[in-house]
Amino acid sequence: MPNARAQLPKAPTGIQGLDEITNGGLPKGRPTLVCGSAGCGKTVMAMEFLVHGAQEFNEPGVFMAFEETEKDLTQNVASLGFDLQDLIARKKIVLDFVYIERSEIEETGEYDLEGLFIRLGHAIDSIGAKRVVLDTIESLFAGLPNPLILRAELRRLFRWLKEKGVTSIITGERGEGSLTRQGLEEFVSDCVIVLDHRSSEQVSSRRLRVVKYRGSTHGTNEYPFLIDENGISVLPVTSLGLQQIASTQRVPSGIPRLDAMLGGEGYYRGSSVLISGTSGTGKSSLAAHFAAAACQRGENTLYFAFEESPSQIMRNMGSIGIDLQPYVEKGLLQFQANRPTFAGLEMHLSMMHKAINTFKPQIVIVDPLNSFIVGDNETEVKAMLMRLVDFLKMKQITGFFTSLTSSGTALEHTDIAISSLIDTWLLLRSIEIGGERNRGLYVLKSRGMAHSNQIREFLLTSHGVELRDVYVGPSGVLTGSARQAQEAQEQATQTLQKQEVERRKLELERKRKAMEAQITAIRTEFEAQETETLNVIKQEQAREVQLTQERTNMALIRKADAKPNRLEAQIAK
Amino acid sequence: MRNEPTEHKLAETQSDIFLLRLYVAGQTPKSVLAFANLKNICEEHLAGHYTIEVVDLLENPKLARGDQILAIPTLVRRLPEPMRKIIGDLSNTERVLIGLDLLPRE
Repeated sequence: MPNARAQLPKAPTGIQGLDEITNGGLPKGRPTLVCGSAGCGKTVMAMEFLVHGAQEFNEPGVFMAFEETEKDLTQNVASLGFDLQDLIARKKIVLDFVYIERSEIEETGEYDLEGLFIRLGHAIDSIGAKRVVLDTIESLFAGLPNPLILRAELRRLFRWLKEKGVTSIITGERGEGSLTRQGLEEFVSDCVIVLDHRSSEQVSSRRLRVVKYRGSTHGTNEYPFLIDENGISVLPVTSLGLQQIASTQRVPSGIPRLDAMLGGEGYYRGSSVLISGTSGTGKSSLAAHFAAAACQRGENTLYFAFEESPSQIMRNMGSIGIDLQPYVEKGLLQFQANRPTFAGLEMHLSMMHKAINTFKPQIVIVDPLNSFIVGDNETEVKAMLMRLVDFLKMKQITGFFTSLTSSGTALEHTDIAISSLIDTWLLLRSIEIGGERNRGLYVLKSRGMAHSNQIREFLLTSHGVELRDVYVGPSGVLTGSARQAQEAQEQATQTLQKQEVERRKLELERKRKAMEAQITAIRTEFEAQETETLNVIKQEQAREVQLTQERTNMALIRKADAKPNRLEAQIAK
Repeated sequence: MRNEPTEHKLAETQSDIFLLRLYVAGQTPKSVLAFANLKNICEEHLAGHYTIEVVDLLENPKLARGDQILAIPTLVRRLPEPMRKIIGDLSNTERVLIGLDLLPRE
């Protein structure tokens, strides 16, 4: 940590998320003011601070309550799973209810709050407390006369707390135009946290903001938080920076052809995948494929469904041959189905965080994302998604989101807000040709991989999703039956061509045979002629030999002395 | 409520024993002043039927919690019931008497 050197010592609150925002907790040994309107969670936060301190950080605490009795408090926080009675019995916590009833008190002159100091001091010393909560000390102003004395005494009290070295939380009601009704912020100036509980579009949400933190860096945003059966959790725990480690590992999409389009191996692990498209283009089917493939590999998959119930999803996916039931039974696949309007965005986000933290999935599916957009809360939805995506990336969880594009608007329109967060964006679109509607899929972007630029026809068959090449010809892109017709036509043409080729081949063969026959005939004739000619030559030679012999013989008979000359021979011939 | 004193019952109330407890924290000027004021008021209005007990919280810090004491000095009327709390140095005699139900509330 680069800022570790000059940091103040801190007392961790143990409240999920708050320690991250405050870089480690509240200022140790100093008072912190937690203020907000009624019912915003001040008491719960203060109590959690004490209980965590006592249980996890070995820092016993004193809770001085000015509004709720010990019994009420114990009961109220029991619903958050805190066993105060046990902690009190083990001397980890002292609970002191300060009873003030204005009508029973008569003021007769100057007074001070030494009684409170002694009381608090005694409580602190009795268990060696390191933490103190005063909830809500402003009640003193309603219970005791003479605000001037009270203000002076409170100033003294906070100074005294600081001297005692206890980390304290002072709660205060939100006032008009100031953080607290009595302006406590001017006394407690080390750390001020404002809680807020507001509702918009009939959905309420709680927010927390660290207004001031002397001597420390802190997150300055308004952070949503949630109070549920496990106490307070503040969001986000992440989004502190782009520090995620990018995995080079791939996750198959469950559809081999799609993997092929994505550089041959599928999505990156820990990346965010967005499937957008108009209704009925098969977004959920892709999601189901992805889920089924993950479960087959033995990975945990968490499926947040915001439009369909789990059983409906399973039935529907059964119809395209994806049986998710066994995975659910094996505990590999978990559905979390809620209506988007069921809670505020932060509540949803927080529930998602919680579910992810407990189930520890490798894959998270959110189907669909944009059902959160009600009215003009797009920026908030974007902020929420950003946090979700960040969170998933940090945990190396592959996020798979579907997004419904309303027909009529540009396909990429509603998603522009989050497109920069998305690593792989698949677009499903319906293609209308020849009086029918077909599905087309293409990869709009996919960071870090050589992805296909081709549009594929997307078929939902009884055995899952199939991707087919679309027909791209002179008449444009053809899909569906137009593609089939085109393919049939092409096949017919091809058959014809094949037959023609066959015919030509036969013709050629025939010609070759004819030629060969002719060649044979000519050769035979030639051979006959050759034999004949050779015979004639032989005979001629034989005759000549004979003639010469005869002539010689004749000469012998005539006793001729002269040899027959050439001329004679020629004549004789 | 039982024993709720009203104007015409004043005499009856005065015949009761007043059990008063003054909480202080050490011998501070305010505490000393309060005790002196109390003594005077009691002598004047409750002569004979009152007892004053002074509790120093520095010696008995536990009692601050047990008796719900915040302000110092605090005078508690333990008897007669109901319990009354009077805070301050008791320099405003009229308010002390009102607080002790010795004068009617306005």
